[in-house]
Amino acid sequence: MDQQTRFFLDAYDLDQSSLSRVLGDALSSKIDYADLYFEHTSFEAVSMEEGLVKKANRSLDQGVGVRAVAGDKTGYAHSDEIDLRQLQAAAKAARVIAEDSASRGPVALEKQPAARDLYRVPNPAIDRPIKDKLALLNRIDEVARAIDPRIKEVHASFATTLKTIAIVNADGEMVGDERPLCRLNVSCIAQDGSERQIGSAGGGGRVPFDWFFESSADAEERFLFWVREAARRALLLLDAKPAPAGTFPVVLGPGWPGILLHEAIGHGLEGDFNRKGTSAFADLMGKQVASPLCTVIDDGTIPNRRGSLNVDDEGTPTQRTTLIKDGILVGYLQDKMNSRLMGVAATGNGRRESYAHIPMPRMTNTFMLAGESEPDDIIKSVDKGIYAVSFGGGQVDITSGKFVFSMNEAYLIEGGEITHPLKGATLIGSGPDVLTKVTHVGNDLGLDQGVGTCGKEGQSVPVGVGLPTILVDGITVGGTA
Amino acid sequence: MTDALTPMLERVIARAESKGATAADAVAVDYVEGSVRVRLGETEQIQRARQRRVGLRVFFGHRQAMTASGDLRESTLDRLVDDTCAMAQVTAEDPFSGLPDADQIVAGHFEREDLHDPSADGFELAAGATWAKRAEEAAMAVDPRIQNSEGAEFGFSSVKRAFAASGGVQGSYRTSYFSGYVVPVATDEDGMERDWWFSQRRKYADLESAETIGRIAAERTLRRLGAVRAKTCKVPVVFDERLAARLVGYMASALSGYSIYRGASYLRDRLGEQVASDLVTIIDDGTLAGGMGSKPYDGEGLATRRSAVVENGTLNSYMLDTYSGRKLSMQSTGNAARSIGDAPTVSATNLHLQPGEHSPDQLLDGIKDGLYVTELIGFGVNTTTGDYSQGAGGMWIVDGKLSHAVSELTIAGNLLDMFKDIDAVADDLDPNRAVSSPSFRIRELTVAGQ
Repeated sequence: MDQQTRFFLDAYDLDQSSLSRVLGDALSSKIDYADLYFEHTSFEAVSMEEGLVKKANRSLDQGVGVRAVAGDKTGYAHSDEIDLRQLQAAAKAARVIAEDSASRGPVALEKQPAARDLYRVPNPAIDRPIKDKLALLNRIDEVARAIDPRIKEVHASFATTLKTIAIVNADGEMVGDERPLCRLNVSCIAQDGSERQIGSAGGGGRVPFDWFFESSADAEERFLFWVREAARRALLLLDAKPAPAGTFPVVLGPGWPGILLHEAIGHGLEGDFNRKGTSAFADLMGKQVASPLCTVIDDGTIPNRRGSLNVDDEGTPTQRTTLIKDGILVGYLQDKMNSRLMGVAATGNGRRESYAHIPMPRMTNTFMLAGESEPDDIIKSVDKGIYAVSFGGGQVDITSGKFVFSMNEAYLIEGGEITHPLKGATLIGSGPDVLTKVTHVGNDLGLDQGVGTCGKEGQSVPVGVGLPTILVDGITVGGTA
Repeated sequence: MTDALTPMLERVIARAESKGATAADAVAVDYVEGSVRVRLGETEQIQRARQRRVGLRVFFGHRQAMTASGDLRESTLDRLVDDTCAMAQVTAEDPFSGLPDADQIVAGHFEREDLHDPSADGFELAAGATWAKRAEEAAMAVDPRIQNSEGAEFGFSSVKRAFAASGGVQGSYRTSYFSGYVVPVATDEDGMERDWWFSQRRKYADLESAETIGRIAAERTLRRLGAVRAKTCKVPVVFDERLAARLVGYMASALSGYSIYRGASYLRDRLGEQVASDLVTIIDDGTLAGGMGSKPYDGEGLATRRSAVVENGTLNSYMLDTYSGRKLSMQSTGNAARSIGDAPTVSATNLHLQPGEHSPDQLLDGIKDGLYVTELIGFGVNTTTGDYSQGAGGMWIVDGKLSHAVSELTIAGNLLDMFKDIDAVADDLDPNRAVSSPSFRIRELTVAGQ
């Protein structure tokens, strides 16, 4: 038994044999699968505005979810009280889905997946004294205001969670995981005359607090990069012109613009939508869905990344899954239920927001492999178009395949040169179509800075994205000019 | 109403005060909820839960810290209170922070029959499954092009909220909701489309019929089939009532006192100015009987109220809680919202753009070439500048009539100009939603397509 599973048994006065019996209670002759998901999450956040750390929050959440699965049917019950009586009641409530009254005997719990260690953080940020976090925010405020007198307001926040989980399932597995997560956000408001603009940046991951102070590529403390980025973006927007309206070639910069893949491709390749035939990608397996320059991967195993997991929320070890290989659709993202119903292997993508949620197929870190083009040459190849380097949120209608993502740092390209910055605008495209228009893939794959959160059916989970510089020969740009 | 929540709140406040806190307030929720999803006639998912959570805010003079816990064991709460008191002592002194003045508090123990349906407490999901099955069946019976579905879901919750603050302030009330939605999928030779429709009410008996919701969802889905791109142009744009409400919601976030004092709103410094067409009156009413956004007191224990935020296009007031009000030298407007474990924020209660005189069809009159929006996607709204750019889909209007479906286009403008350019408001306001609007027409917006 691993340390996390042991933690729950000790903290809540449970033992292995009683869990075996509860799983048996959740199972019946018609139930294929059942699991128990224990969670204990500590959260802390501090935030600063107007030069003052006005707020500090700390919270604690705990609970257990009991799931019973029969074919494509799921029964789920959860409770914020972790004790045997609640577990037994939840197991019976979950089993109702099968309309079958006879429970099975205890489940032997003997398997434990091999231990992984993608984000060992011996001293998690949640345990650092709060004064260290206040000192960080105070420095951010000082640095940002010193960048330019037009920076009028700075808003910074540091948030960290430590989530401990344990999964006990009908396959006889007991597996735990401890998941640290940190995120720093900086926003600056710049003013020039009556023009005001806001710029934001941030980063994080499954990292210790000290990571924010390590030297990064440009030999300064890592957090300073985001402070300068937030200020730079706010100032840049003061001089930005309205984006054009219409369909244009769009060069996407490396890193965070990989949100294109997340919205245009990723959601449409989640197993549940394809099993139900409601995805625009249903029935496209083995077919060309992208230019041969494109290979798209989902990888939950990259150390310390925001979207990485040792095991998913059903206890399956995460993996590196190829979704599109040289333009051909080769893989879906699967949880246990959908993989069983579709007759394929689970891919370690069964995720849930918390014990209060049913798991479903979700992305981890989704990115495109690097190609051979020089990024500068890609920009030079465009006569009139857009160079977009940073984005806000995105969204997709997986059935029609239409997706949007909103740029918040972009430039006009004229005659192969970047000419001037543009105000924010939404880009819209069609998922099964957009990657077929990729005509160049750069050699500069970058992953995002660690701020992505994905929402699906009301559940939020941390994710990562990545992209090399690419040229898409025609996306609709929602400007006004 | 006697319950276990109030004594627990009193106890954590007393403990905070014993640790040196000069003031504190606390909130707790205890709720039961359940949902059932049906897909293609079969029950696909059943969920049931009971949850409780407590949140505490402590002040040491003008320094504050917050905590929340779902673990209500006394030893855990004691430790959290102590940690929070320690945290509060290192945050910054903020002279504007603190509890509201005692004479403003109206919190007490309320039993509001218009907000809570007693049947929500022990609700049997079998009735919900029946509603969902009927809604999906009704949707699929409309047209043979609907052969698939993402399902129909029925959900309910019953929530008990309790509030307490230093000085013996106590309050509690209960709310409930019932909701149902259906998401049909329609297919033709050109591809696949989905849309949805829903009903949400405080009381089970008030929920709209499953057949009505299913039929509307099907009609919305079917009319999206065969969509084509539109040419890039500037044309009149009509928003159906669901999406008109989205625009009202964006305006509401720019009206929050927090956006205003931070300078992060395009409506800052515009009190008394024209910020919308004179056809636009927007009322926020936290007192509306049975309203989805109604509450007997706000997140700080102050009275909710009815006020015209925008009247005939003139900005009358911002939406404020105590803190943002003090920052702006104004009184709270009773718009404090409280999530467990955080400081109050501002939110609208029942925010309704008042209906006009036209039928929805009349909004199309006189439009030679235009867009009727039935879908918006994405987050391209900048409330600091008012710049607006979102993905859209809907129907193209030709000579005053809906002609054909269009998709994969964007609409863009600036919220200030957009609200000023509203030149017709319909009479189809649904007062049963918290943020709601009738359909309206905007004189001209940039549509980007091919």
